[in-house]
Amino acid sequence: MFDTSIKLALTLSQIGAVMGVVLLTVAVLTLLERKVLSWMQDRMGPMEVGPYGVLQPVADGLKLFFKEDIIPAGANKIMFSLAPILVLVPALIGFAVIPFGPNWTIDVMGVEFKPFVISDINIGVLYILAFASIGAYGVILGGWASNSKYSLLGGLRSAAQLISYELNVGLAIVGVLLLAGSLSLVEITEAQAGGFWNWFAFDPVPFPQFIAFVIFLIASVAETNRLPFDLPEAESELVAGFFTEYSGMRFAFFFMAEYANMILVSCMSTVLFFGGWHAPLPFLQAPGMFAWVTGIFWFTAKVYFFLFLFFWIRATLPRLRYDQLMRFGWKVLLPIALGNIVVTSVLAYIFPN
Amino acid sequence: MVGGLDLFLDYLAKYSPIVVFIILAAGFGIVTLVLSYLVQPKYPEDEKLSVYECGSEPFSDSRMPFPVRYYVIAMLFVIFDIEVIFLYPWAVTFDQLGVIGLIEMMIFIGLFVVAYVYAWRKGALEWD
Repeated sequence: MFDTSIKLALTLSQIGAVMGVVLLTVAVLTLLERKVLSWMQDRMGPMEVGPYGVLQPVADGLKLFFKEDIIPAGANKIMFSLAPILVLVPALIGFAVIPFGPNWTIDVMGVEFKPFVISDINIGVLYILAFASIGAYGVILGGWASNSKYSLLGGLRSAAQLISYELNVGLAIVGVLLLAGSLSLVEITEAQAGGFWNWFAFDPVPFPQFIAFVIFLIASVAETNRLPFDLPEAESELVAGFFTEYSGMRFAFFFMAEYANMILVSCMSTVLFFGGWHAPLPFLQAPGMFAWVTGIFWFTAKVYFFLFLFFWIRATLPRLRYDQLMRFGWKVLLPIALGNIVVTSVLAYIFPN
Repeated sequence: MVGGLDLFLDYLAKYSPIVVFIILAAGFGIVTLVLSYLVQPKYPEDEKLSVYECGSEPFSDSRMPFPVRYYVIAMLFVIFDIEVIFLYPWAVTFDQLGVIGLIEMMIFIGLFVVAYVYAWRKGALEWD
């Protein structure tokens, strides 16, 4: 009983820390996105709230918290209220299997405890993919329950887009699984130890997964409804897509889920293709006890690089048309991803590690 | 069945943090919504509650019929996604399966490509 309560306390504090960091990062990202876009467009971005506008997320959050939460006439109340939670929860719990630092098991008063991963399950990749699909339910449910034409169209578009690009995400990951021989994200990270030439994106033997990484990146931009694939919420045609009718805190949940999903796919790119918490060069990693310091530093640096890439892509590329989007997913990405699997598996058989 | 019990306890230990996480995340969502509900102003009006339609009066039913295209894409997704999931256990046990596993999976991917080309030629992937 004592063991169980210790374990529970440790798990609770770990989950609290991860959720806190994720939500804080979401807040930072809302500001960072506007700032990065501003810099790229040679303007200042938000400057009013706090020094240099750094308190803008707090102001936005408070505003949305105290806003009237309108349920439109004719909407299905239960589903309308359920949808934002159904989108937010999967976006948050995906972080349960992401290893943020070294795979250590420490002993806390007789209880084994892994400090840098909440739960190292042996089907980590499948777990994330499964819950990412549940997020699509929330989007289509919210779009349908709003009783608005824009919302319904946005929800439908979003559902079709999410399932089309999920296929490509799934196929792109297979190459990594071939090389790592495991679905556990901890073991996938461990298989890339040593230096950047061991990261799956660059590992020359048997076959670098860089193509798979590019497919994964494009597909995850589409999965998170980001520009240039933000057709479900295309402002110029659908007002705001599936959350046109949402306001107040429920709107904030959709917004937070989008950013949390961005962080999640950045973490996945980092873990699957770029060595997770491992340093790019062996001497950049602190030895022994202090490995976790550099581990968390490199992990954060890589994740922020991918988040920056999301903003960069948004600032650079114009929005696609819907038929172009579907054609690109089904007729371009899918054959390339399939070809990557064939080449990788044949080469992995000829040159086993 | 001692091994079975151990396995069960092992799974319990690994998956219970995830259950706790789901409860906490859902709790965060619900508590925030309830707190926000308690402090927000509520002045419902007919005009405010009507759905948005570019400022004009909403006309016809908003749960309108939608193109059958979406349904075709959903069906294709179900078929292809099952095939993708079938690749996962093979990819994980690739080292142990040897050349037989490789050849078998090449045949399977060949069938996948046949179905894909068929869908393409039938125009199921077109969007217009």
